Amino acid sequence: MMAPFLKYGLFNEEVSLVVAFVIGIGFGFALERAGFGSARKLVSQFYLDDMAVFKVMFTAIVTAMLGVTYLSWIGVLDLSLVYLTPTYLVPQLVGGVVLGAGFVVGGYCPGTSIAAAATGRIDGLVAVAGVGFGTLVFAEAYPLVKSFMNSTAMGPQTIPQYFNLPYGLVVFGVVLMAIGGFVGAGWVERRVRAK
Amino acid sequence: MNSHASTVDLPAAVPAQRIHAGPAPYSNPYLAGIGLGLVLLAAFVFVGRGLGASGAASAVVAFGLNAVAPEHAQSREWFAGYLGGGFHPLKEWLVFEVLGLFTGAWISGLLARRVLVSVEKGPRVSKGVRLAMAFLGGALMAIGAALGRGCTSGQALTGGSLLNLGSWAFMLMVFAGAYGLASFVRWQWR
Repeated sequence: MMAPFLKYGLFNEEVSLVVAFVIGIGFGFALERAGFGSARKLVSQFYLDDMAVFKVMFTAIVTAMLGVTYLSWIGVLDLSLVYLTPTYLVPQLVGGVVLGAGFVVGGYCPGTSIAAAATGRIDGLVAVAGVGFGTLVFAEAYPLVKSFMNSTAMGPQTIPQYFNLPYGLVVFGVVLMAIGGFVGAGWVERRVRAK
Repeated sequence: MNSHASTVDLPAAVPAQRIHAGPAPYSNPYLAGIGLGLVLLAAFVFVGRGLGASGAASAVVAFGLNAVAPEHAQSREWFAGYLGGGFHPLKEWLVFEVLGLFTGAWISGLLARRVLVSVEKGPRVSKGVRLAMAFLGGALMAIGAALGRGCTSGQALTGGSLLNLGSWAFMLMVFAGAYGLASFVRWQWR
């Protein structure tokens, strides 16, 4: 085992901020290449004529998932040292719906609004300001929703753990689901565009 | 699109395409997805955490509010994690990552001639309405990301590839919420 490099002391916290900036550059570059600096491109996902959001997201998820699985399998990456956000099931279900609503109303998600602002989209910049405003509102309202936010706490929880399935089997299932989804997305796009 | 150059009086040797070059087409989504996945994998391997965006907004807003109204900011429990106890490398990390995100998107946009000061909107809405919707959408996203403890980056992408149970639940509901509301805001886009 030698990774995560930061946890194994290959560099310190200060260097990790430089790493953060470099990784961020890759992140922003990939988002913009995909067309995710454009609100119209992004929301096309929800009007079914361009499913790039689904294709890019699931290709990225499958790529990183296979990489993590392989590196941990050959003993390079210690998966137990990779941060796993704890599951709070019901608040996360509700939060997902609210973020999805914000996505189709505003045209961006938080990361893509920054990519849009970087490429001159004023609506992207305004969406970033909206995120700031929403954060302030949430901070004021937090005492009211605190108990809800801490409900259905399940701790760090993976799908294989929770359903007691072999890790590799779930990985395989996700790959199959993604491939099925890509074929389906292409089919839907062709049908909607033909109209 | 942003080029109004005419080729009429140019020497024949100059390829007209170059002169007229507008924004380059976007990448193949599967190639872009592989690139994004490798960046995410690099984050796991180098620092043991994934990508994020909404967390950086919380950190910046907390710092900003602390600068103008320190007592108020410090009395907000939601910001305590960003203001109490001095140095918080995990939260600062996201701020640096988002600065990189901005830079990387700008570089990519420049290379593809897609940096253009403009308002993206559908054909049936005014710029003012579009900007109001962008602001409202941004505010909703912030609230959704706070409730969900992450956004499309920190939960869907990062947690998705780690098979995080809550992340998958969150991601499915993002699509459900957006598809559920899409027909009601169609006027804005189509």
